[in-house]
Amino acid sequence: MRYYLEFEKPVQELELKIEELKRLSNGSDLKISAEIKKLEKKARELHSQTFADLTPWQKTLVARHPERPYTLDYINMMAADFVELRGDRRFSDDPALVGGFARVGQFPVLILGHQKGRGVKERISRNFGQPQPEGYRKAMRLMRLAERFKKPVITLIDTPGAYPGIGAEERGQAEAIANNLMEMSQLKVPVISVVIGEGGSGGALAIGVGDRLFMMEHSVYSVISPEGCAAILWKKDGNEIGQQEYALAAGALKLTAQDLLASKVIDEIIPEPLGGANMNPEQAAKNLAEAVTRTLEELSAKPAGKIVEERYRRLKKLGGFVAPKAV
Amino acid sequence: MAWFKRNKQALKKVKIPEGSWIKCEGCKEIVYRKEIERNLKVCPKCEYHFRIDARERINLLFDEGSFIEADEAITSGDPLSFKDSMPYKERLKFNAQKTGLNEAAVSGTAAVGGRTVSVIIMDFSFMGGSMGSAVGEKIVRAVERAIEQKTPLITVSSSGGARMQEGIFSLMQMARASAAIGRLKNSSIPYISILADPTFGGVTASFAMLGDVIIAEPRSLIGFAGPRVIEQTIKQQLPDNFQRAEFLLEHGLIDMVVHRREIKAMIGKILSHLTLPE
Repeated sequence: MRYYLEFEKPVQELELKIEELKRLSNGSDLKISAEIKKLEKKARELHSQTFADLTPWQKTLVARHPERPYTLDYINMMAADFVELRGDRRFSDDPALVGGFARVGQFPVLILGHQKGRGVKERISRNFGQPQPEGYRKAMRLMRLAERFKKPVITLIDTPGAYPGIGAEERGQAEAIANNLMEMSQLKVPVISVVIGEGGSGGALAIGVGDRLFMMEHSVYSVISPEGCAAILWKKDGNEIGQQEYALAAGALKLTAQDLLASKVIDEIIPEPLGGANMNPEQAAKNLAEAVTRTLEELSAKPAGKIVEERYRRLKKLGGFVAPKAV
Repeated sequence: MAWFKRNKQALKKVKIPEGSWIKCEGCKEIVYRKEIERNLKVCPKCEYHFRIDARERINLLFDEGSFIEADEAITSGDPLSFKDSMPYKERLKFNAQKTGLNEAAVSGTAAVGGRTVSVIIMDFSFMGGSMGSAVGEKIVRAVERAIEQKTPLITVSSSGGARMQEGIFSLMQMARASAAIGRLKNSSIPYISILADPTFGGVTASFAMLGDVIIAEPRSLIGFAGPRVIEQTIKQQLPDNFQRAEFLLEHGLIDMVVHRREIKAMIGKILSHLTLPE
């Protein structure tokens, strides 16, 4: 049985009822079949309405849905001949960030991304998709390799954030992220980044500096999680905070794909099937592959120097500052 | 049995002028404020470097009267129309009044031993030195000035990280600042990054850790994640020296730990090495 989020409960109830009726009717009773059809239509409508009206906090929960496709799922569905390459050549291999060469449509590419795990055991071994410095250094090593062989880079973003731990600090988490930001801004091949689930702050951005930034329809991207933001704002004097505060913070942060398209931080929203990517991963992967190949057709025609220059100019536009009026 | 009772009368007699003694954050000792001020705001007992504001920093690092501020009128917009206990716009005004600054960073040009440098000085007293769009823009412009005028770049960081109130726009400043530094590194212009207490988050994870030479003040706290976040995540107590400047030095993350008094001379020395042969 699939996993339902809290606000999907009415849909779940309807779907359980339909299951029940199906079992009872055994496909023979015409009257019941008609009833089932009616209910199925109602369930679809309810589901589609629920998803059309998602609040920013509900979107955050969809973005973190445990059955949502992850980086390796997308790679399996949309890429051919994938060869995973591992290790940062300095300390270790970080399973929270994976990557390798593959083909998407007619394009040979480097594809890499954060990898959350499925099930308790894998979740722990992949550290819930929170990379150590080695993950970022591996990513950079692979991107440099892609640059040498003139392969475009596709990065898939899906992390709560870079891991906050003693070892991560000792081995330079900040430096690893900073270095990626700097080096990615100068890569001489096209870079397309797609937020597929959770875009958690610097740990997300560290593989997200590129020529185009896309977001899946129900993904989020933010400088801080709604929980973190709520804690800073309202967890004072021993106040308890919960869903209500998270919802407020999620709204204030303007973290949905729709908000970020409106403020021109991202270039495009990739549509998801009804009920989110987890309802029909194949369709989600198809939509993602379509956006990526269409964009690669455009970017591949540009000379390397122009790509780097345009990337810098694109970055320079990302500011909400108020400049002094020209005198 | 009353010999240990506190004599309230006696306690009242001792009058301490407000704020003349302060607790050192380094050694937790109570020290005389004037003595600290005479000592460049360094604790005479443990060498803890108290936070100093941008003006004091400028006086300390650059030749007298050489600093010329640039981009001082750049201020943050309010791209999210953010409001918590106070609307963000009001918070900015409040901080401007409190500090006499327009933003959490001051930038411009100055001289060190007669050599012109492009500088960015962060000020922790303005919203925790947080980096929003205005700070990001000032950094980008200062780096570009360094490239255009072929002058070394000096930054002094003291910041809690990216500014939450500008959401994703603050995050993007990390990419903008780092991309600008990347351009500088295509040339032979040196970049010296100075880290003061505290430097965290989006500032450490962008331009602050990208210096060709990185100098930290003694005992400064420097890291990516804040110590409380780490403690909550790993549910362990952190080692004593964790995220102090000396800890970073030991782990190869910075070049040196230098007393506030000696940073200016050290900058001069480093710059004398980082020049191209004639």
